Amino acid sequence: MNTAPAPAPVPTPAPASPGGPLLQVSGLRKTYSTGGTQVVAVDDLSFSLHPGGALGLVGESGSGKTTTARMLVGLERPDHGQILVQGAPIAATVRGRAARLARAKAVQIVFQDPYLSLDGRISIGTTIDGVLRLHGCGDRAARAGRVRELLAQVGLGDRESAALPRQLSGGQRQRAAIARALAVEPAVLVLDEAVSALDVSVQAQVLNLLSDIRRDTGIGLVFVSHDLAVVRYVCDEALVMYRGRTMEHQPVADLLTAPRHPYTRLLLASVPRPGWDPDAIGRRRRALDVLPGDTGSPTAPTAPTAPTAPIA
Amino acid sequence: MPLLEFNDLSVALPGMARPILNGVSLTVAAGEAVALVGESGSGKSVTARAALGLFPAGAAIGGHVRVDGADLVGADAGCLHEVRTGKASMIFQDPRAGINPVRRVGDFLTESLRLTGGWSRARAGARALELLTAVGLPDPVRHLRQYPHELSGGMLQRVMIAGALTAEPRLLLCDEPTTALDVTTQAEIMAILRRLQRERGLGLLLITHDIDLAAATCDRIYVMYAGRIVETGTATELLTAPRHPYTAGLLGSTPPLDGPLGRLTPIRGVPMGLLEAAPGCSFAARCPHARPGLCDRTAPDLARPAPVQVPASTAQRGPALVACHLADEIDGRPAMAAVCASPSEEDR
Ligand SMILES: Nc1ncnc2c1ncn2[C@@H]1O[C@H](COP(=O)(O)OP(=O)(O)OP(=O)(O)O)[C@@H](O)[C@H]1O
Ligand SMILES: Nc1ncnc2c1ncn2[C@@H]1O[C@H](COP(=O)(O)OP(=O)(O)OP(=O)(O)O)[C@@H](O)[C@H]1O
Ligand code: SF4
Ligand SMILES: [Mg+2]
Ligand SMILES: [Mg+2]
Repeated sequence: MNTAPAPAPVPTPAPASPGGPLLQVSGLRKTYSTGGTQVVAVDDLSFSLHPGGALGLVGESGSGKTTTARMLVGLERPDHGQILVQGAPIAATVRGRAARLARAKAVQIVFQDPYLSLDGRISIGTTIDGVLRLHGCGDRAARAGRVRELLAQVGLGDRESAALPRQLSGGQRQRAAIARALAVEPAVLVLDEAVSALDVSVQAQVLNLLSDIRRDTGIGLVFVSHDLAVVRYVCDEALVMYRGRTMEHQPVADLLTAPRHPYTRLLLASVPRPGWDPDAIGRRRRALDVLPGDTGSPTAPTAPTAPTAPIA
Repeated sequence: MPLLEFNDLSVALPGMARPILNGVSLTVAAGEAVALVGESGSGKSVTARAALGLFPAGAAIGGHVRVDGADLVGADAGCLHEVRTGKASMIFQDPRAGINPVRRVGDFLTESLRLTGGWSRARAGARALELLTAVGLPDPVRHLRQYPHELSGGMLQRVMIAGALTAEPRLLLCDEPTTALDVTTQAEIMAILRRLQRERGLGLLLITHDIDLAAATCDRIYVMYAGRIVETGTATELLTAPRHPYTAGLLGSTPPLDGPLGRLTPIRGVPMGLLEAAPGCSFAARCPHARPGLCDRTAPDLARPAPVQVPASTAQRGPALVACHLADEIDGRPAMAAVCASPSEEDR
């Protein structure tokens, strides 16, 4: 079935301490203050990721997934806790070119909107060439070869390389954004709802690509999504968040077949399928909720803790 | 007589290589939940708007759209007004886009009753309260005084559903009503829509790109590709034994939540834009079964395929129709997976 030649893999990032985790997160906490109230967006989050590992972060809207992703790439500074990439802390502030490049090499992110990582005024190929140049990769000819290789890996050719982002389809743009992130050869790639906006036929292309990358490289993936079926396809572990807190962290297969936390069971029951009973979901959710009705923001005064003890 | 009936509707804009909608026929009966499924740009929203007699400016319209018997193609303003204010209502994907952010929820809900219905403030207020309760909002009295930004997306979508119900419509057109919401909130909104459809005998047209959502919530499904209905049947039929390669492709692209975890089989290429046209089947360029000389020459009609061997659970097949020359030879998901092109070469 899979007869096409496999595209060239991205080189495996060499772990600083062989066998050690690529990414170690401990006790992360992030609070926002808005209009006088404190919102605990992420609370006491810890996990580690080994070379070649893929962790899914799942949870409903407002559960703290994007806040976590942004802290991992240094776009947001945690109030507490530590992020180590290959044993070295992610600098909260980076000064100077060398430090910036080092951080880029540690973690890259792909957002739901690929325009956030592509420059609308220049071609895809030129964007990737720029990244390679910044990271001091070879001469012009060597870079051109590498650009072609990176694009081939995400199923794009010379035509797409010469195109401006807006001249590509949504799925092609998202794959170009992934190629751009891979050009840096990061230790860890974070994807925040990177396939959510794509049509299923195109989403499937990107999901297959991600599983190829996992198979062929030692890159670590942190994959943010509220779609459990997609997480099952891409990840080997999943961490369920609810109002900033970790409810459950397990191998995906176990999480899906034997969910231990009631909130995980609710998430699973919410996925539409034959025999679906959405009425029951509303009732179960209200039973779990501290606040009545919808997901409120996890404001400190009203919802200081998650409804039930987390299972980690 | 069905509540909503599209009869061979075509919508074409000048300067485009193909019509936006091409001979669309579909029906929704009172008390029936029907889904229209397709990918981005296939024409779902244009179809939904046509059900209110709204067509793109400058478009040439052919065929008929009937709501409760009244034809909206070429209808006068009075007839359109009657349909839009009393017979059919629409719910959109983004609730925030459809509500004035500086006006209270109560004003939003009572405005049309008071202005066009001539209701008193007190009577309209009581009705708004009743509707907010019907859509399951926890504190209706308080919500009436709140502004849209004080409500979450899921709560606001319930307000929009309440708003769509003020006119006591018989037909509810829901254009991706849960796409902007997370899965648990989606389940709650779908529960409300299904309850309304059953209890009030509403006809429901659910527009979505999510074939699993469509199958879980609707009785019948229409699959749209490039402005045409390519397959229609019961939810069970479509999920267990799709006959059109596009339907099978959608299923093969969707990662399953259980069962074996094989490689996905995406549909190669990308959907056809309005500046492209195909003389034959519009899916031919992406179809793994396309037969040269046939599929690229003549467009297949939507027709009833020959019966196939189906699992016992789906023995009573409904009124399935398929627009594919090879519908009688192609059967279902397993065949697709075996034939489909390798995912790595699919999208050059
Ligand atoms: N810049 C900010 N200022 C104030 N509050 C914020 C900010 N960013 C996020 N929050 C709040 O932090 C909480 C977590 O938000 P976050 O965006 O991380 O959630 P999420 O899980 O990514 O949700 P979604 O699925 O909707 O993307 C929410 O209550 C949100 O309102
Ligand atoms: N008023 C209009 N003028 C010109 N073209 C239009 C107009 N409305 C829609 N179109 C085009 O018609 C095609 C079908 O659009 P439509 O909005 O119905 O797609 P859709 O199936 O709802 O897609 P999505 O899932 O992205 O919402 C698209 O190519 C769109 O660009
Ligand atoms: S008519 Fe031909 S090209 Fe079209 S879907 Fe059927 S087999 Fe494929
Ligand atoms: Mg987010
Ligand atoms: Mg639409």
